[in-house]
This record gives sequence, C-alpha cells and structure tokens, in this order.
Amino acid sequence: MTTPTGPEPAAATHVEHVMGTVFSIAVRDPGQWDAAIADVVAWLHRVDGLFSTYKPDSEISRLRDGRLTIEAADPLVRSILDRCRDYEEQTDQYFTAYLPGGLDPSGLVKGWAIEQASQLLRQHGSSNHAVNGGGDMQLAGESAPGQPWRVGISDPHDRSKLLTVVTGRDLAVATSGTSERGDHIVNPRTGSIRHGLASVTVIGPSVEQADVFATAAMAMGSPALTWLDSLPGHHALVVYDDKTEVRTSSFHLIAASDHPV
Amino acid sequence: MRRVLLAVVSTVTGLVMLLSFKTHAVVPAGAAASEVAPATPAASASSTTTTTTPKAVTSAVTKTVTGDSVDTRWGPVQVKITVTSGKITSAVAVVYPQSNGRDQEINSYAVPTLQQETVTANSASIDMVSGATYTSNGYIQSLQSALNKV
Repeated sequence: MTTPTGPEPAAATHVEHVMGTVFSIAVRDPGQWDAAIADVVAWLHRVDGLFSTYKPDSEISRLRDGRLTIEAADPLVRSILDRCRDYEEQTDQYFTAYLPGGLDPSGLVKGWAIEQASQLLRQHGSSNHAVNGGGDMQLAGESAPGQPWRVGISDPHDRSKLLTVVTGRDLAVATSGTSERGDHIVNPRTGSIRHGLASVTVIGPSVEQADVFATAAMAMGSPALTWLDSLPGHHALVVYDDKTEVRTSSFHLIAASDHPV
Repeated sequence: MRRVLLAVVSTVTGLVMLLSFKTHAVVPAGAAASEVAPATPAASASSTTTTTTPKAVTSAVTKTVTGDSVDTRWGPVQVKITVTSGKITSAVAVVYPQSNGRDQEINSYAVPTLQQETVTANSASIDMVSGATYTSNGYIQSLQSALNKV
C-alpha cells in the first residue's frame, strides 16, 4: 500500500455474494465508480434470478419442470440456450447444457455474466478493471499503470500453493476442476464422472470461452490436452490426478517471467 | 504494495480485499500509531509472513472477531477471524458440520486454505488466483459477518 500523499484518486473494489459464489469487482481507473458497480451488481443478480438452478422460480427451474416454455422465456435465456448449442458444436458435445439431470446452462452462464459485467464497466468508461467470479475472471487493461495483471493458478492438490503465475493485459483466466463438492463434471456422453484430470486452466481473450473450454476439457479427460493445444489464441495448464502438470505449447507466451515454463 | 492490498484470492481473498479496503478507508496511513497496540504474535500464528509486506506506516492492530452462526443444510457454521493491520492473519471455523466423513474432509482443508491462500497471495505479488472454488455459502456468510464487525 502506498502512502497517500493527498486525496487519493478513488478507484473502487466491491465484493458481492451472488450466483452461489463470490464476485469481486476491482476498478483500477481513478474516478467514482459507485454507479457502475451498482449496475454490475444489479446485472449479476438479474442473471442469478433468471438462471439459478437452485431458485425454484428462476426461468431455468421453470423450464426444467415444464412451467415455462422456451418460446415464453426471457430473450436472454433463449439467447444463452442458443449459444450453448454453438459451444456444443465447438467442443464436440463435451460441453452441453443438456445434462442427464436436466437443462443446466450454468457452465456458460457464469463466464458470460462475468464478461458482460466487464463490458458494463467499459460502457461506464473503465478500461482497467477485473471482474472475478469465484476464480474465473475477465481482466481489462492493466492492474496499475505500466503493470500487467498477474494471476496465480492454484494447485488443485494443495490449494495453499500456486502452480504458476500468468500475466498479461486484457486477458481472461478460467479454471475448472473437481471441487470440494466432489467430482462434479460429468461426461455428457455417458453420464459417468470423468477421472484423470484434477484441473484445467484456460487463458484467452474471453472468460466466457475460456470457462466453457476448461469445462469441456475436464469432461474430455486425458485427451483434452491435444484439443486445448489446437485452440487458436488460447493457452492451458492441465493438472492430472497423479499431479503431473502439462502446459500447451504456447503457454510460455503468458507465463510470468519469474515463473518461466 | 497496492498489488498486495488489492489481491483477490478466489472467493476468500475477495473478502480480504474488502476488508483491507475498508480498514484503510477508516484508518488513514498517517493515523497516530500510538493509538494502537503493536501486533502480538497470535498463539496459532503460522501467518507471520504477512508482516513481511512492506508498509509505509507499520501500525499493527490485531483484532479477533467471531462471525454469526449460519445455518446450512449440513448444520451450523461459524467462523472466527483474526485481523492484523487490515489483513486476515487467521480464519478458523469454530463451529462446522462434522456429521460425516465428507464434512470432515472439507473442513480439514477449508480453513488452512483460507489462511494459506491469503499468505500465498501476499508473497507471490499477484492480483488474483484462479482455481476451482470453495463455495460453502455458510462459511462465506459467517466470514462476511465477521468482516462486517471488524
């Protein structure tokens, strides 16, 4: 923390508990950001209200049990379900909103909501900010003038440790993994739970894409690395159950210089 | 060390960040250090590395706060935190579900994770951490209520 030498230009940080996790919004541009952050918070709660699978009256819950038809759903819901289909094609069906347990576009919704939140901040005039939803993040501009963002990737086998640090400007980082809830990523083709991977981190320009790709890679299991390596403009770190780490071939491009590949 | 102050570690340091920000806003760095007690090493202090963070003014205030007990479907959760100079140096679930092996497994690492992620973030000079998230709502709610009382 620098010592304030006068009235410090206001940046802003905000933490919001929503969508079953914690969102952090950090605006690093000087200025007053209360209105912008209020817009972002309202947006996140709106998304939660539409898409939560835990809220019995969300549109997704009502679609699941037939109380709502797709035709009558909010345009945002229809648009997300369409987009889920696009991602199903891009991921060879390893990402899907149509899980054995019923309709669940959650794998797309969080990343999309984060990215839209970042866009909202841009519309309010911020070009340097972070929106972090439970460890998946869109990072706009820089963390401070002349300083790129630095993001630690936590070790899924020992979360007190960082495996590495990646760095960059205008980037997104998303990690998918087995969580404290247990192996929660299901292979949509078989309904079975995939083992083999402990976590997949994807770095790219868009957190929506990065999050979907990380989720699809977890569902793919061991063959994921080849697929991740083929994604243009993306870099990935795969950690296997046996603690082996493998990086895609372009990972050095975003590795922090004090954490070389 | 703006980077450290604004560090966001997964869910948890997001809350730390809020706390740091709030504390700083309330206590300007130039506040009289004589008004506050020096930090005393906590009995369970495995987190002394946080004190290596360079600070322009090293006025250390240590405070321990217990959050509300939050009912979850698995049972009540209550978190106690120790805050030194605006940073969480310890976070312990004093009440948590232990009715099955899964609960015990979760709790065996949730608390160390909370503490260690904070320390790790401070030492690695990073802005954020990406990783599969610990999202126990009860834990976070109790932690947040503790932060609100600081």
